[in-house]
Amino acid sequence: MKNFISGYCIVRDSKINLNGKIIFEQDAELNSFLTNAYRKFNINYPKFFKMDLLCKLAFISSEILLKENNPVNKYKENETALVLSNHASSLDTDRNYFKTIEDKQNYFPSPSVFVYTLPNILIGEISIRNKITGENVFFISEKFNPGLLCLYTNMLFASGNTNCVLAGWMEVDKEKYDGFIYLVEKINPHPVTEHEKDRVSALYYKG
Amino acid sequence: METQHQLEENLKAQLIQQLNLAEMKPEDIKPEAPLFGDGGLGLDSIDALEIIVLIEKNYGIKILNSEKVKEIFYSVRTLAEYISQNQKT
Repeated sequence: MKNFISGYCIVRDSKINLNGKIIFEQDAELNSFLTNAYRKFNINYPKFFKMDLLCKLAFISSEILLKENNPVNKYKENETALVLSNHASSLDTDRNYFKTIEDKQNYFPSPSVFVYTLPNILIGEISIRNKITGENVFFISEKFNPGLLCLYTNMLFASGNTNCVLAGWMEVDKEKYDGFIYLVEKINPHPVTEHEKDRVSALYYKG
Repeated sequence: METQHQLEENLKAQLIQQLNLAEMKPEDIKPEAPLFGDGGLGLDSIDALEIIVLIEKNYGIKILNSEKVKEIFYSVRTLAEYISQNQKT
């Protein structure tokens, strides 16, 4: 059964690409880049500032994608699922947390850093923000794997409870970052493209 | 020894930094306003843990009496009062 990609957002190389169009560009380190995007798009969610970089990347990507395409407006809260993935897990934040426990003479583990030492926390942040209560999964893969994402998304659609899926790849490791999120729906009269592995791959690599 | 006012001002700056309240300035925080829940800074349970660490790290005070935490953490003022009463000179 066919299903459709309704929109996508890529955050990579100091640019934000929404459905093939560069909507924000700024040469800055990741935290400043994302914070400036937050301000540019008039997002009002103070918890953003408490997030780690991985969650900030996922949050900004999803905010921009869902601004015009929010599934909560169309579907019941439990009909939207999240299928996200990356390679480095939460390693970037794990390193930061380690710094807070490294010195045994000055041992003050930070709870607010610790809570982000799991990659699937970004699913929680997107879910809370958008009141999504459907299925969710976070895969750790060697590299971006559109086949896995498509297979799992189709399986969720086939299970009967899911009508919409937010899927993608959210990677932050040291100075490198790569965010790609897309919205898949069972029904969409005006899709960006059909949802299938090669097309997801083309969007990810070519934008 | 810090005055109560100085202590409150220092606490505000430390809370902003430690809790990443990036959009907030010290003057935005009223000393008597609730830190948690509606009408205050909207802090959550992770923030409460972070404040416990902050108090221990910056003032050498361990908060061991969990029954009184709600009272102590009510506002910047109640926090400052608790620190004043428990800080070793």
